[in-house]
Amino acid sequence: MTRFPFFASLVALLCAAFFLIPLAATINFSLRMKRGEISLEAYRWVFQDDTFVSVLGFSAAASLAAILLGALLVVPTAYWVQLKLPAMRPVTEFLSLMPLIIPPVVLVFGYVRIYGTSSILPLTMSDAGTNLLLIIGYTVLSLPYMYRAVDNGMSAIDVATLTEAAESLGASRLRTIATVIFPNVRSAIMSGAFLTFSISLGEFVITSLLNRPAFGPYLVQMGQDYAYQPAALAIMAFAFTWACMALMDLFATRRPGQGLLPFLRRKNA
Amino acid sequence: MADQAHAAPLPQAARAPRRVNLSWLGVAPFILFTALFLIFPIFYLINGAFRTAEGAFTLENLIALTGPEIWPSYWLSIRLSFASALLGGIFGTLLAWAVHLGGLPGWVKRAFLTFSGVASNFAGVPLAFAFIATLGRLGLVTLILRDVFGINIYGQGFTLFSFWGLAITYLYFQLPLMMLLMMPAMEGLRPEWREAAASLGASGGQFWRMVALPVLAPSALGCFLLLFANAFGTLATVYALTSANFPVVPIVLFQQIRGNVLYNPNLGYALALGMVLIMALSNTLYFLLRNRAERWRK
Repeated sequence: MTRFPFFASLVALLCAAFFLIPLAATINFSLRMKRGEISLEAYRWVFQDDTFVSVLGFSAAASLAAILLGALLVVPTAYWVQLKLPAMRPVTEFLSLMPLIIPPVVLVFGYVRIYGTSSILPLTMSDAGTNLLLIIGYTVLSLPYMYRAVDNGMSAIDVATLTEAAESLGASRLRTIATVIFPNVRSAIMSGAFLTFSISLGEFVITSLLNRPAFGPYLVQMGQDYAYQPAALAIMAFAFTWACMALMDLFATRRPGQGLLPFLRRKNA
Repeated sequence: MADQAHAAPLPQAARAPRRVNLSWLGVAPFILFTALFLIFPIFYLINGAFRTAEGAFTLENLIALTGPEIWPSYWLSIRLSFASALLGGIFGTLLAWAVHLGGLPGWVKRAFLTFSGVASNFAGVPLAFAFIATLGRLGLVTLILRDVFGINIYGQGFTLFSFWGLAITYLYFQLPLMMLLMMPAMEGLRPEWREAAASLGASGGQFWRMVALPVLAPSALGCFLLLFANAFGTLATVYALTSANFPVVPIVLFQQIRGNVLYNPNLGYALALGMVLIMALSNTLYFLLRNRAERWRK
């Protein structure tokens, strides 16, 4: 019985329309800056804007720093927990998932109060301190994804045997992590890194409340001041998200296991 | 006292704690980091929620949450999150069913899965821009409806910057997220169950009502709760869409941090505590229901 799947086709078509029409509308809008003709004027305008270049540079630098901090924090921890402290696993896992429960606005509220002017650790007093707090905020936001990616990658290799082998060859603990464990989970870190990058590059809440000259607040400002440029920025953001997801998928470990993000697993299904 | 000291095997007692301490050092940086930048800020806010400005213990702030100043924002947030999660939940489940079991070609499923991975991460300010270009006053869909079909949605009272406008915008990331979350449950519906039901004489409707839906229900409900929390914490999209003129809870808190709208930081702490409680509750229920749903996927 090869009946035409009418209802399923209808659902799929409706959903496809809902997904694609906003994209088409945005592309259409972004090309209409010059009255009466189709042009890339809005894109040209954006790329010639000095502020765009500087905020993008700032956000990219902060995101990369967050990735670095996250990797430095998560890789040794996941390694150590798996090797020596399996009993700690639920604790570190829970801690790493907590940022999914705490909304960023709440988190930064706490930061502003605790690390504000009259505290023991007044990070927001200086630009460098505030930038550090921003990087820390990005790291915390990406912790669930970074930890899960690295932990999955770590589960896929035999950490204990690799460590013993390295130690019997005379490697120090640090050297073991750097030259044996790290290369084995590099693809997991890369997949976490691309997700972190896509989360933090346009992040608005923390960035704005810490008053940083970054991409998120710039986007909002553009939305308030201009008509066509925001559409061009939205298309670029979508393309950027797409690129990050594709790269993440490329690097994601393709082993079966419980992934936090189900589409990580889909490829082998 | 001296007897007790002798009774304990001293060398062992001294060695055991040291070994534990050394192992602990390995996770110390991580614990310290999360303590400083995750646990401590939250505790600070929770503690503050129970204090007066002078530092005395009080429940006033929490009671004030239900007052006319704050409660309308919570109610608005809850209704908006509920509406967008319900829409996303229904259409996401339908889409997961359609592409997996609906008899569509395999490339349709792959296309939707790939797209959903991107769309579920496409939130925030750019999403707001995309919907302004679509359903804004001069958006493509608005204009097509007006010029081609003669329906002026803005004339009929719709605006993108309203409750339903926001709910539709949220749907852009809620629907694909729901589809991705429901896919494992759909794939867990074994063909053998359908055959078994059919061989016992069940009709298609009976199979769905008595086998498939009860198996899918915990997953669907759990994912709905996750979507609810997802919408509840959304700030950037609303902010960019309505220029902070739509008083959902995250916006109220954002403005409180910006410039003391409430004139009382402790009330702000209570506001934050309320958000964390709602998020924690829906996430906890999600995990419980997910574990329950996984019974069928062994």
